Amino acid sequence: MELEKFELGATHYKESDLKEGKLLSLPWTPNLKYAWDNGVAIGRYLAELKEGRIIARKCNKCRRIMLPPRMFCELCWRPTDEWVYVQDTGRVNTFSICYVNWDASRIKKGEKPHLPAVIEIDGASPGMGILHLLGEVEPEEIKIGMKVRAVWKKPEEREGAITDILYFKPVRR
Amino acid sequence: MAYQRVAIVGAGITKFVRRAQETGKELAFQAAKMALDSCGLTMKDIECVSLGTAPDAFDGVHMKGEYLSDGSGGWRKPYMRHFVGGGTGVFAPIHGWFHVASGMFDTCLVVCSEKMSSCHPHPQGAFKTIFDHTTEQPLNPTLIWIFALEMNRYMQTYGITKEEIALVSVKNKKNAMDHPSAQLPMEITVEDVLNSEVLAWPVNRLDISPASDGAAAIVLASEHVAKRITDKPVWIDGVGWNLDTAYWATRDLAYPRYVEKAARMAYEMAGIKEPQKEIEIAEPYDPFDYKELHHMEGLLLADRGKAVEMLLDGKTQRDGDRPMCPSGGALGVGNPIAATGLMKVIEIFLQLRGEAGKRQVPGNPRCGLAQAWGDLMQVGTVVVLRR
Amino acid sequence: MRERVAIAGVGYTAFTSVSPGVSYREMTYEAAVKAYEEAGIEPKDVDSFVCTSEDFLEGYSISDEYCNDQLGAVLKPVQTIPGDFMHSLAVGVMHILTGKFDIVVVQALSKASNMKTIPEMINFALDPVLNRPLDVTPYAIAGLEMNRFLEEGRATREQCAAVVVKNKANALLNPLAGYGASITVDHVLESEPVAEPVRLLDIAPYADGAVVMVICSERLAPSLTDRPVWITGIGWSTDTPTLESRDWVDAVAVRLAGDMAYRMAGIKCPAKEVDLAEVNDEISFKELQHLEALRLFEEGTAGKATEDGRTSLEGTLPVNPSGGGLGVGHLFECSGAQKVLELVLQLRGEAGARQVAGAGVGVAQAWRGIPSTSAAVAVLCAD
Repeated sequence: MELEKFELGATHYKESDLKEGKLLSLPWTPNLKYAWDNGVAIGRYLAELKEGRIIARKCNKCRRIMLPPRMFCELCWRPTDEWVYVQDTGRVNTFSICYVNWDASRIKKGEKPHLPAVIEIDGASPGMGILHLLGEVEPEEIKIGMKVRAVWKKPEEREGAITDILYFKPVRR
Repeated sequence: MAYQRVAIVGAGITKFVRRAQETGKELAFQAAKMALDSCGLTMKDIECVSLGTAPDAFDGVHMKGEYLSDGSGGWRKPYMRHFVGGGTGVFAPIHGWFHVASGMFDTCLVVCSEKMSSCHPHPQGAFKTIFDHTTEQPLNPTLIWIFALEMNRYMQTYGITKEEIALVSVKNKKNAMDHPSAQLPMEITVEDVLNSEVLAWPVNRLDISPASDGAAAIVLASEHVAKRITDKPVWIDGVGWNLDTAYWATRDLAYPRYVEKAARMAYEMAGIKEPQKEIEIAEPYDPFDYKELHHMEGLLLADRGKAVEMLLDGKTQRDGDRPMCPSGGALGVGNPIAATGLMKVIEIFLQLRGEAGKRQVPGNPRCGLAQAWGDLMQVGTVVVLRR
Repeated sequence: MRERVAIAGVGYTAFTSVSPGVSYREMTYEAAVKAYEEAGIEPKDVDSFVCTSEDFLEGYSISDEYCNDQLGAVLKPVQTIPGDFMHSLAVGVMHILTGKFDIVVVQALSKASNMKTIPEMINFALDPVLNRPLDVTPYAIAGLEMNRFLEEGRATREQCAAVVVKNKANALLNPLAGYGASITVDHVLESEPVAEPVRLLDIAPYADGAVVMVICSERLAPSLTDRPVWITGIGWSTDTPTLESRDWVDAVAVRLAGDMAYRMAGIKCPAKEVDLAEVNDEISFKELQHLEALRLFEEGTAGKATEDGRTSLEGTLPVNPSGGGLGVGHLFECSGAQKVLELVLQLRGEAGARQVAGAGVGVAQAWRGIPSTSAAVAVLCAD
């Protein structure tokens, strides 16, 4: 049954067909709102971020210091034991230089690219990374393994969110 | 023990296009009808239906499984949807496999339908919602971040260059020129890839597979039924799937260990001891070019960091030792997420039967593999097929 | 069924209107710990995990990503079923029947309290071109169906209200239930109209909760539990998804799913052989419609049976002894889990004040809610 022997479905149309009204279309914007209960672990994580601190949880069995904190160790299958403050410095595990926004639109001319990165936080177990952004650094300067430090919002502007850290910047000598 | 051996006996697929006029239901119908026609069956012969489709956010329909049920033949039948993100397309035959292998059913229609174009301004935007709502979404992430972060780590760890990785895109888009469903068949060069727009370094536009609309379907049958339907049943000899932790930033992104676990599960079931020898042809999931290499290593089809050598030596070309993505892959044929995985399964099905037309690899392969991947770099799904 | 599948352990949280103290992860962890403890297993003993979730209920896409850590299922075979828990249970049963998997964990949860625009979410499941633009409350669809159901003489308005009274009363005896109440038929009939004839008290209010179950092969059951509950039959079906072509009186998919489950379980006369049932009662009349589709009552008689007390805790065929959705709370995709859970407790003789005497064979039925027709049915037997 070679595919070539069949007439395959799907009829293409162009974006311009839609814009020029050659096809009937019905736009709909859904109203979908959620308020997620953050629970014990993330609730504390966010509360500490508001205070300008990063907190993790420790499992005394595997001795991992985990970030984001969680009330159970998913590997040992037991509750975690202690809260542990970690530092707001770390190392870049990987990064990217991004010229598109979340909705696929391009950044404006002159606008700086976004710099997402996975940052391994000092004080947490090796490899314990979080997703965040880099800032105050030229794209060409970024290296995997680079040491960085968090830049926080002013205390009165913090909300108890991951964005209370504006970005991580290189620790320069 | 109720275990029955399961074969793929028929297949159907639509063209993969950026925007289809058909609804998701209609695409599902087109593929399902072709699958039934290909083996001379009707819905009367089908005892149950398994549907795979990726996030509801694309189509903009909640409970998308129910919405697609009539187009997929799920009317007044045992009908179920499954979901493992991008891995869904290769999980589909596995989900269908359960229905037949358990002895509960003798035939199963497996359908994957995807309609990404309904999502405006761009389906990519829907991917923002796959990140953790509290610890990640406020950073306004985009899907491309994941791939860029992973690609960077992979390149850095093994010293692989963008020039080398681009060869995958060149190979697959060229392979796709022989696939009737192909969305982006083209002959390009490494320079074309490197010169294409940088979306999120190190990812360029031509490193990426497109958003697509499309559907695919296969018909599964138990051994005694399969032998009546076709003289060339293709057996699902091994199934494997595996999900890693959701805390993805704590993992080594250079190696997809969950793909390895899924592969080992499938190899064990299929009795495969030396995958590099026994798997003659494979369709690893290639939504981005570096993923083909990344997955070849996870599938144990290449040693860590060495898949690129097989690529450079031409081994992964259609006429090479170990053809990879002879279909043209997601990069060339298109990536309507769930349907892509099933497209890859269908490719191996056709190749093993010697019915892949211009894409046929020489050497009469008897054992092949299809793999898909998804979630936050978390899930691997693998099927091992044999003639 | 050639080989029976055992439920070897169950774990659950209470079903409450809100659960602000815990995240979905923490809630599921609690249920999983209890389930594994009962079955005497650890995550590493489990061959496969089947989770249940729908993206738009959780509020994030590819919700399958986030289900596994709290089950201890890291680097394990995990799949997600966008369906009811009972669909996941069916997949779990199929796993065991292949003979290649011995222990499977099945999970579902509800965080309905986190969903702030539920009517819009439910409407998001309607056909985007033909139905959704009409922008009517989703309960209107229930209203259309209930109206037709009553018009065809299948039940009276008072009989539907009697379902609400019974179930909320049962819930007062269920420590897990969120909405137990002592009300009368008049309370229901005089409650605020939502989409006539559906009134506010006809609708099951929402609840949060998590359920995890450990199932295993018959061969392995004795080593995991000394009080197995056997799944002897399971079935599922979907009727048309469109409003335009559906049967507005009969729950056809429930009938097909029920027949499939009965066939597997070798049940020829359900009304005689089934001791108790947990059926979907998301809207009061649905309990009656579902009972008839499940052949537990003849067409048009379930309403009278309810009025006469035959489906009460002391009746000949207790229905929704837990309180059902109306008394426990509607748990979205976790609804079927609450029903199977109730049967497990009843069949083990652990249902306390609401224990049905002599419970030996139970039927659980799930419906995926407005606007779907999807249904799943399971037959469970005591050891």
